[in-house]
Amino acid sequence: MAYDYSKYLRAGKIPHIWCPGCGYGIIMKSMIRAIDGLGWDKNEVVMTSGIGCASRLPGYIDANTLHTTHGRSLAFATGVKVANPKLKVIAMGGDGDMTAIGGNHFIHACRRNIDITCFVFNNYIYGMTGGQYSPTTPKGSRATTAPYGNSDNQFDIAQLAMGAGATFVARTTTYHAVPMEKLMKQALEHKGFSVVEIIAGCPTGYGRKNKLASPAGMIEWQKDHSVAIAQWEKMSDEEKAGKFPIGVLHEVNKPEYVEAYDANVGLS
Amino acid sequence: MAKAEKIEIYANLCKGCEICVELCPVDALEMKDFKAAVKDLDKCIACMQCELRCPDFAIEVYKK
Ligand SMILES: Cc1ncc(C[n+]2csc(CCOP(=O)(O)OP(=O)(O)O)c2C)c(N)n1
Ligand code: SF4
Ligand code: SF4
Ligand code: SF4
Ligand SMILES: [Mg+2]
Repeated sequence: MAYDYSKYLRAGKIPHIWCPGCGYGIIMKSMIRAIDGLGWDKNEVVMTSGIGCASRLPGYIDANTLHTTHGRSLAFATGVKVANPKLKVIAMGGDGDMTAIGGNHFIHACRRNIDITCFVFNNYIYGMTGGQYSPTTPKGSRATTAPYGNSDNQFDIAQLAMGAGATFVARTTTYHAVPMEKLMKQALEHKGFSVVEIIAGCPTGYGRKNKLASPAGMIEWQKDHSVAIAQWEKMSDEEKAGKFPIGVLHEVNKPEYVEAYDANVGLS
Repeated sequence: MAKAEKIEIYANLCKGCEICVELCPVDALEMKDFKAAVKDLDKCIACMQCELRCPDFAIEVYKK
C-alpha cells in the first residue's frame, strides 16, 4: 500500500502552490508521516507560520493552523502554548521569516525553552518575493539583490539556535526524506524548545541564479554537501570546508518555560 | 530484491519536475509529454525513493 496522506490534508487544497520541484512538498510529506507516526490527534495539533512560501504549509494541513504575519510564527505559537499548554504546538517558517525579520522572536523562544517544535525551512533565499538574499544565503552566491554575489557572512541556523538556548537542535535535508521524518519525531517528542533546520531546494528563486536549476540537482547537492554528525566530528577543518553536519546536533534537558513560569507564580 | 506490483502516476498532480526520474537508482522512470511515466516496471526495486521525494503526491509505488 502506498502511504495515505489524505487524512492530514485539507480536501481540495492539492495541488499546492509551490513551484515544480520545490523542496517544500517533500518536507510536508515527512512532517505528516512524523505526526501520524506519533499517533497524535490532529485536533490537539496547532501549526503556526509567518509569511513566505514555507509559511504556506499549514494551510494544507487539516489541523488547527495559524498563518500569521512575516516573522511572527513563534510569537503566535508562544501565545497559544502559554494559553493552553496541553496543545502540541509546531511553529514553522523560512530562513527569512525565522532569522531575518523574525530573528528576535527566534532567539528569545530558544532562550525561554518553551515547549514548541520549530521547523525552519532553509532554502538560502527569500523565495516568495523573487529571490532576494537572506541571512543564510552563502557568501558569493547570487540573488536578485546580489547580482555580483553576496558579500554577507552566512547565519548557521542550528548554531544560532544552540547559542540562544534551544534544548534540541537538528539539521536535515530534503534528500533525507526518511531520516527527516525520524528527526521530526524526536523534535516533536522533546520537552522544551526544539529546532529542526531543513535544507530545501528553491529551484526558482535560488537555483536558477546559481547554476542549480534542476530540482534533482539541488537534492544531489544536499547529499554531497551534508555529513552525518558522527562522521563530521572526526573530520579536519579542511575536510569540513563547504559542508555541513546533519542529524541531532544538540540535546539537553532544562526546565520548560510554561512549567517554570507556573511554578514561579504559584500556579502549580 | 523487492519488486513493485504497479507504479501509479497521477498526471493531474505531476508538475514535471523530474525529481523521480533523475533520482531513480535503476532508471525505471522517464519523462513523457512533460510528465513522469513508467519506463520499465521490471527494473523497479521498490526502494520508494520516488514516492518519498515527489513534492506533489503524484507518484505511488505499490510493492509486490
Ligand atoms: C512586514 C513584511 N515585510 C516584508 C514582506 C515581504 N515578504 C514576504 S515573504 C518574504 C520573505 C520570505 O522568505 P523566507 O522566509 O525565506 O521564505 P521562503 O519564501 O523562502 O519560503 C518577504 C520579505 C512582508 N510580507 N511583510
Ligand atoms: S519560489 Fe522557491 S520556495 Fe517558493 S514555491 Fe517556488 S521553488 Fe518553492
Ligand atoms: S517527482 Fe512527482 S511531480 Fe516531479 S516529475 Fe516525478 S511524479 Fe511528477
Ligand atoms: S521505487 Fe525506486 S526503483 Fe522503483 S521507480 Fe521509484 S525510485 Fe525507481
Ligand atoms: Mg527562504
